[in-house]
Amino acid sequence: MTDQPFDAEERLSDANLIASRVDGGHIRDNILFFARLLRAAGLPIGPQKTVLATQAVMAAGIESPNVLYWTLHSCFVTQPSQHDIFDQAFHLFWRDPGYLEKMLSVLVPDAPGSAERQNERELSRRLREHLIGTRRTQDLGDEGLIQADARETWSGKEVLREKDFEQMAADELKLARDMIQRMTLILEEIRTRRYAPAPRGGRLDPRRILRDMSSKGPEFLMPRFKERTTKFPTLVILCDISGSMDGYARMLLHFLYAITNERDRVHTFLFGTRLTNVTRALKNKDPDVAIAKVCNDVVDWSGGTRIGQALVDFNRHWARRVLGQNATILLFTDGLDRERGDGLDQAARRLRASCRRFIWLNPLMRFDRYSPVVAGARILARHVNEIRACHNLASLQDLAEVLSANGGSSASVPVEGGMVGTFERSNHGIRG
Amino acid sequence: MALLPKSVSETRDLLADGRYLAGEALATSVFLALKLQRPLFLEGEAGVGKTEIGKVLAEVLQRPLVRLQCYEGLDLASAAYEWNYSRQLLHIRSAEAAGENADLASIERDIYSEPYLLKRPLLQALELSSEGEAPVLLVDELDRSDEPFEAFLLELLADYQLTIPELGTIRASEAPITILTSNRTREVHDAVRRRCFYHWIDFPGAAREKAILALKVPEAPGELTRQLVAFVQSLRQLDLYKNPGIAETINWAQALTSLDCIALDPEAVDTTLGTLLKYQDDISRIRGSEAALLLEKLKSETREAAPASDAAI
Repeated sequence: MTDQPFDAEERLSDANLIASRVDGGHIRDNILFFARLLRAAGLPIGPQKTVLATQAVMAAGIESPNVLYWTLHSCFVTQPSQHDIFDQAFHLFWRDPGYLEKMLSVLVPDAPGSAERQNERELSRRLREHLIGTRRTQDLGDEGLIQADARETWSGKEVLREKDFEQMAADELKLARDMIQRMTLILEEIRTRRYAPAPRGGRLDPRRILRDMSSKGPEFLMPRFKERTTKFPTLVILCDISGSMDGYARMLLHFLYAITNERDRVHTFLFGTRLTNVTRALKNKDPDVAIAKVCNDVVDWSGGTRIGQALVDFNRHWARRVLGQNATILLFTDGLDRERGDGLDQAARRLRASCRRFIWLNPLMRFDRYSPVVAGARILARHVNEIRACHNLASLQDLAEVLSANGGSSASVPVEGGMVGTFERSNHGIRG
Repeated sequence: MALLPKSVSETRDLLADGRYLAGEALATSVFLALKLQRPLFLEGEAGVGKTEIGKVLAEVLQRPLVRLQCYEGLDLASAAYEWNYSRQLLHIRSAEAAGENADLASIERDIYSEPYLLKRPLLQALELSSEGEAPVLLVDELDRSDEPFEAFLLELLADYQLTIPELGTIRASEAPITILTSNRTREVHDAVRRRCFYHWIDFPGAAREKAILALKVPEAPGELTRQLVAFVQSLRQLDLYKNPGIAETINWAQALTSLDCIALDPEAVDTTLGTLLKYQDDISRIRGSEAALLLEKLKSETREAAPASDAAI
């Protein structure tokens, strides 16, 4: 998890900071360079923040390294997940300036100082990529440095595979988008506490009545109305990307891309042996870039599944943050669990209790006589509101039906007719 | 109205005067927010003292506290202002009755003036500021509000001003001390974060937690406080669904003290666990053998530590 405690207070004492040597003339430049380093490492830092940071450092003074650290921290860090990057960058940057150079040479495997590397905390990949990138411009031709670095960023224990998806074909994309468009039209909406003007009916809107009156004269006493607005509930998607789901992964990714970008408040997670939030990666204008990013972020493609562990992880780290507002959960999995449903019972129960609807999309449902007999599947089936098929785009279309259906608190297994119904409806729409 | 602190350490002392023990990190953020007149955005688990900062600041700086509790669907009418429609209507009716021949402009001027305005917390805060009494504005649990409200808040946070179409822009001459808090039940938008100083309040370390308990529950016996803090600290390592916050520790200390406990024993822990842990899963996991095990471990640690400290003396 990224929510590391901000524990740097203790570690700071041993940092060899040169803050005391930085006088008013140079501190501006240094903050500017530091901001640029952070920006390159992916923190959203604009010029305004740099100005703010300079003001803040001037206000707080630079006598104590700790105060400098926390001053810059309050300006530049806006998410707990950015803390680690900041921490490393700070310690790199605000040490003896020669250190940065030395550090870079340490990163070269053959350099004399390579033994020291063992003691250094592993640098963030993003930060390091930037440092290496800077170095490359200074020192062209040092190709070995870059290769060695890329290799080292992988940690060894699990067998991790990257997945190379084919590019999304234009017609596929169109199909997926069309599908989502159609779905949005009939998605279930929930009423909010906000009001919007309504042409007739609803509640009286005194503000508009009075505004009309005051602009047109007291005799213009016309009733005006307002009514409650509706919105789509938050959608949380948990998608299994283990080996057994391989055949559907491509289609599902396209679906996830389309739905994440089509609507607000969609949170997307992938899991195999570990849980990854890919919402931000999927939010890219270009579907290929988005999907490439996802493939890059996720390290457990086509491995085993630990559904229980993934749900426990989700409950602990994300449920409170994303399920707050009447969320609907879509769980894409075949229910084939490497750990025979260990810990799944409790996790699924908790998940069910903290969302509005919990829908299980199971590609195995396409087989007529499928019934959940595997341990994992049996447990899941007990807790979800509904199980639906999801083996191709047509069955995803069927999802529209599920999401727009009202209520649905009892578990139901759909009949074959459900899908046909959806088709009929869309055909009818075209004809009409 | 008290003077603002001039340095980070002064800020720390000031908060301590209000019985709030802040670490250097938090004190730095608070100092910067006060000094540069920017909002302070605090995130952290429930019960680590986010809201308390606002209250304490209001108290030690002797300023009024204006508090806005957020909830989903919170809108302008309940957060900033609303026109008093019935009074406006009455005014129009009486103007008609008096036969003041519909001088439209004057009626409009009349009904869209201050006496007809119902002021909600945000407007109150701006007004107090204009009157030279900049308050502490506490926008509590911002994550519970929805995106439209956040967007509305942007104007307020950036310029400390509020635009009422019928009346004009109301601007605070002095910025109110603004504290935003969030439990992260939803991610607050980057645009809001950008305008604020940010700090994540973490659970306190053992030493600070002990100091806080000594301050908040002075009647608790010293030995009990020591054991209790060690117990809570080790609970937080156990990966529970909801870790107990400092507020829960204080409650627990109060509960145990009122039960006349002098030291922790398994039975006392079992009966009062509900004040510390708030989820049945967590309680059933800790109650009984796990709690006894933890206590045993703590006791053996202190036994090992005790001779050493004797030797040191």
